[in-house]
This record gives sequence, structure tokens and C-alpha cells, in this order.
Amino acid sequence: MKIHEYQGKELLRNLGVPVPLGGVAFSAGEAKLVAADLIQRTGTSVVVVKSQIHAGGRGKGRFVEHPDLGGVKVVRSADDASQLAEKMLGSTLVTIQTGPEGKKVQRLLVEQGISIARELYVGMTLDRATGRTTVMASTEGGMEIEEVAAHTPEKILKETIDPAVGLMPFQARKLAFGLGLQDPVAPRFVKFLLALAAAYDRLDCSLLEVNPLIITADGQVLALDAKVNFDDNAMFRHKELEELRDPNEEDPSELEAKNWDLSYVKLDGDIGCMVNGAGLAMATMDIIKYVGAKPANFLDVGGGATAERVTAAFKIITRDPNVKGILVNIFGGIMKCDTIATGVIAAVREVGLQVPLVVRLEGTNVELGKKMLDDSGLAITTASSLRDAATKIVEMVKP
Amino acid sequence: MSVLVDKNTRLIVQGITGKVGLFHAEQSLAYGTQVVGGVTPGKGGDKVLGGRVPVFDTVQDAVRQTGANASVIFVPPPFAADAIMEAADAEVPLIVCITEGIPVNDMIKAKRFMQGKPGSRLIGPNCPGIITPKQCRIGIMPGYIHTPGRIGVVSRSGTLTYEAVHQLTTLGLGQSTAIGIGGDPVNGTNFVDCLRLFQDDPETEGIIMIGEIGGSAEEDGAAFIQQHVTKPVVGFIAGVTAPPGKRMGHAGAIISGGKGTADAKLAALRAAGVTIAETPSDLGSTMARVIGARTQA
Repeated sequence: MKIHEYQGKELLRNLGVPVPLGGVAFSAGEAKLVAADLIQRTGTSVVVVKSQIHAGGRGKGRFVEHPDLGGVKVVRSADDASQLAEKMLGSTLVTIQTGPEGKKVQRLLVEQGISIARELYVGMTLDRATGRTTVMASTEGGMEIEEVAAHTPEKILKETIDPAVGLMPFQARKLAFGLGLQDPVAPRFVKFLLALAAAYDRLDCSLLEVNPLIITADGQVLALDAKVNFDDNAMFRHKELEELRDPNEEDPSELEAKNWDLSYVKLDGDIGCMVNGAGLAMATMDIIKYVGAKPANFLDVGGGATAERVTAAFKIITRDPNVKGILVNIFGGIMKCDTIATGVIAAVREVGLQVPLVVRLEGTNVELGKKMLDDSGLAITTASSLRDAATKIVEMVKP
Repeated sequence: MSVLVDKNTRLIVQGITGKVGLFHAEQSLAYGTQVVGGVTPGKGGDKVLGGRVPVFDTVQDAVRQTGANASVIFVPPPFAADAIMEAADAEVPLIVCITEGIPVNDMIKAKRFMQGKPGSRLIGPNCPGIITPKQCRIGIMPGYIHTPGRIGVVSRSGTLTYEAVHQLTTLGLGQSTAIGIGGDPVNGTNFVDCLRLFQDDPETEGIIMIGEIGGSAEEDGAAFIQQHVTKPVVGFIAGVTAPPGKRMGHAGAIISGGKGTADAKLAALRAAGVTIAETPSDLGSTMARVIGARTQA
């Protein structure tokens, strides 16, 4: 699960990680109030207005409605903050990570302006090779870390966290000195990093990235940005984080699928698929492409595919206007094929069928399941193998 | 012959009084597996499955009283890592965790814990389990699609394993042992471990290896094959069409930062001499072709 920068910073602040002063604004009026308060508290009139969307590259991104305006801008009065907010809110920001369609900005972070002496990078995530959390630090703050990793990997310093003891001060010191920090900044960086690692653990993060981490002109260490992603598997013990979910940032079909315990990802092709098992679902998408078409989605109905869940899955697939045909591929192991056939028939009767449907069943009671589909009187085509099913559906949707 | 499990394996089921645990304990028993006990804290002294299987409060009790040498875990995600560590602490040699959805931080701790328990091996989590046909079924796979034979199967995906197994059975090649290593980013036994076991098993003549996007376990497997595997290997990687940055069902199936793509994995496998099945429908026939060509040569 992803959250906004302002939410991430608030969480970090509460866990002892220094972040700039600032507040969220949903309207131009709120932006003005937050800016005025910041100007009063800091004694300087410089304020930064940052668009809040779940995508990076905001500073260099541009608004569709205001081609000269980037997603992050510095202003010098509360009135200017208000006028800027008026333009940004409700407008669509296109960045390298949003795709050409962009994302509508509905929230802003209004933050104190800070004079920056140095920009660094720190990030934490799982290193799958070691099965441990790894801390990355780099002097190349503000850059895309993937770019740094690709071109100058020697500029990324790494420390692996032993889960038995957590990040140790000596590791944070190694990174501090490796980045060329000295007294009195180095100990502040160490303190910052230890608090950040504790936050990663405490919040069950899957990614925690501060880019840039800044050293201010007066030697303070601050998180100028914060990308905080959570491990979906751990959300059961973080009910409080669930409130931070922004439904505007998520695909409504993916959200609905989640409520049914279905795993759904929308794609841009025209063959809808429903499959049991994540690997088989991916392989089904692949074979659709292999025979010359494009999948409209990834959908794993899981092991216990009941008639209700199959129906819900059907509704989600058919709601996508791009879908010109549907391929159902189920390997019934423990789940019997006749049970699945019952579910498919019930779903088609309830939802209706506007596009061709090919069903491939394999496993327990496969003959009975196929017969039920053939005898249903519905326009369902059965197939004998995955390749056969893919070939059939692609043939059927050809114009 | 087979790897890791056979007719002498003595299995306990952690979470045996839950619906899924009980169902699969019964399926395994019916398959001929020696299910010697179960563990549910607070239900020690009970018996399940018609009085045939005793329940214990702790894994240690179960192991002491039944001589179990394998455990399968059907414990819900919040408690599953604890269950893995309990089994390792009781020195169970083979621990198979079926549970899907364990928090990554919990698995990081469990993996660390197991590094201090060299006598225990973990398979999974988030996997279908392991089966040696007609001898021992540990997990959730449909037993009847398997048949004893000469091909070892190792896979990150459950239903894709069933595809491969079903085809091998239909073609008369059968399986020595089929192992699902699971779709999580932090897991126990990996491709390299299984490839080594199959290479060393005299009755395994060929190996099917099924990977998916995310991580670098397939690339590690490819490097091992190049160095150490003399038996024919047929490979498949799911997720050629998966978009970057999106988790495709399995927690571990995600392309991030340009790493873990299907193309890179396929290239690594090809370079190691693995024959790639074009589609999952071709896994069995590709193996038959490769093995046939060898036999003639």
C-alpha cells in the first residue's frame, strides 16, 4: 500500500525522524492558512507548495492545464500560495511515473522553505538475495536511484540489517563517513538513520525512501521527501494505517477485487482472463500474447473459487469497456471442475454475456464440468488445453 | 528414489484442527502419507480424523511422542512465522509452510532464526507443498494427478506445477518428486537447493523448473545449472507480459527497478543450456522431446 508524502512525513515525525514543518491543504483557502502559519512560525516568507499524488517525478512534471507549471513550486507569500493552490488543485499532473494520462491533484503539501547545503539519498527495502532489509545511501541525492545504480553503482553504499539486533550505530556511522559527513553533521545523520530504520520496522514498510535527505545550511539533517510503502501482508496489525488509503489513487476495480479477496490488475489489452493461481494467471496472459492478442487484466480467483467470487470476478472483468472476449482457465485440483462450472454458469446467467467466452477446465471431474457448460445452453466455448483456449478466444475476437 | 520425502516420512500437521489443516491432513492420510500427529495449542490430548491422529499442544511434544521428521504448517498468517520457528526449535528436519500472506518482516526473522538451526529445512511459505507420488503427500496439491516416474519438478507457482505434473503423467513420464517452493520474496528452499537434490537423485532423469518474475532466484538457478547439472532441464518463466511495479498476485512476483524481468530470466536459463517451453501447455512435451533425444543419442 502506498500513501502520500505528507502522510509519510507525519508518521516519520511522530517516530522521531526530523522532517520540515508543513501541513496538508485540500483547498486554496487551506493552503493560505497553512502558509501564513508557517511564515509566522519560521520568520521567513519562503514556502513550498507540493502536489500530492502517488507518483514520483513531480517537480519535473507538468500540468495538462498549465503547461508552464511544475508539480512543486516555491512561493513567497501566503497569497501566492493560495493562488498557486487554485491552479494546482483539480488539475492533472503528468510525470515520468504517471503515464501520459497523468493524475489529478486533489491535495497539496504546504511546507516551510529551507536553504539546502547538500542533498543525499537514503532508502530501505528488502534485499531478496539475503532475505534481509538493506539500507542504501548515496551522495547522489535528488537523482533516480535506479539511474545511479545502473550507471555509477559504486556511489551507492549498502548495509544489511540483522533482524536479531536491528540497524546498529556502527553501521550508520560507516554510512555517514562513507558519504563524507563530519562533525557535527555525522552524529545527526546517525541519529536520523537509526530512527528511520526503527520506523521501517515499526510500520512494516516494504519501501522507505528519503530522496533527497538534506543537510541544511545550518547543519541540520532533514527528510525533504518521503516515500513510504507498506507490506500489504502486514496490514492486519496496522488498522490505523488503513485510514491513510486514498481511494482516488487506486483503480476502483482493483479495490473492489480486493474486497472479494481476488487479485486483479488492470492491463491495456482486450482479452479478459480469470484464472486460479497467480503463476497460472500470469502464464495465461503470456499465452494470449503468444497467440497474437493482448490481455486486459491479471485476475487470480485463488484456491477457493466459490460461485459468488466467480460472479464478482466476472462483473469486474466485463466492466472494462476494452474487453472483447473472456478466457477462463481453471486447474481444478482440490476444487472440482463441476463446482467451477456451476459457478461460471451462475455468473453468466446473472451478469449476461456480451462477448465471446472460452472456458478451459482441467482436473477433478473435468468431463462432468465440460458437459455442464456444453449443456447449459449458454454461448460458452470449451477448450482442451491452455494453448487451445487461447487460440480459440483470439480467433473469436478477431474483427 | 525421490528427494526429501518418501514412504518413511512421518508427518505432523501444525494447525490440524483448522478447516483447511484438517481437510488436507485427511487427504494426505488417504494418499498413504504417514500422518502421525497434529499440533494445536490448547487442544493437546484430543484426537482427530476418526481417532487416528493425536493432537498435541506443542511441536516438541508431538515430535517426542510420534518421532515425526516432517511438519506441514496451516497456521493463519499472523502466527505462521512463529509456527515455523517452533518447528525449527523442535529440530524437525523438514518444515513445509503452506500459509499465504505472512508479513515480510516476520519471514525475515524466521529465516534468520533458521540460520541457527542447520538441521531444519524450510519449504515455502505460500506454496503447494511437496509430493513423492504414491508415497508421501505434504501440502494442498491434488494427489491423483501425480504418478511415480523420472522427472523432478520444482516451481514457484502452485497451479503451474499442477499443469506440468498433469502433462508428465499423461505422457507417461511421471515425477520422482514435485516441489513447490512458493511465491514469497523471502522463503526457505530455493531453486539451487532443489536442483542439487534432483541432480544427486539417481532416479531423477530430467528436471522441470518453473519460475516467475521478481527477484533473482531463477538466475541463481541458471548459474548452478551451468556449473553442476548434467541432467536435461526444461524451464518456463511466467510473467513475460507483466507490467513493472505491479504485484502479480504473489507477493514476490513484482518487477521493480527494472530487475526481475521474465526476459532476463529466460536469457539466463537459455545461456545455461536449459530448454525453454514456449507455453505452459508445452512443458511435458518439451521434456519428452529432450529426454527422447538423449536416449537416442
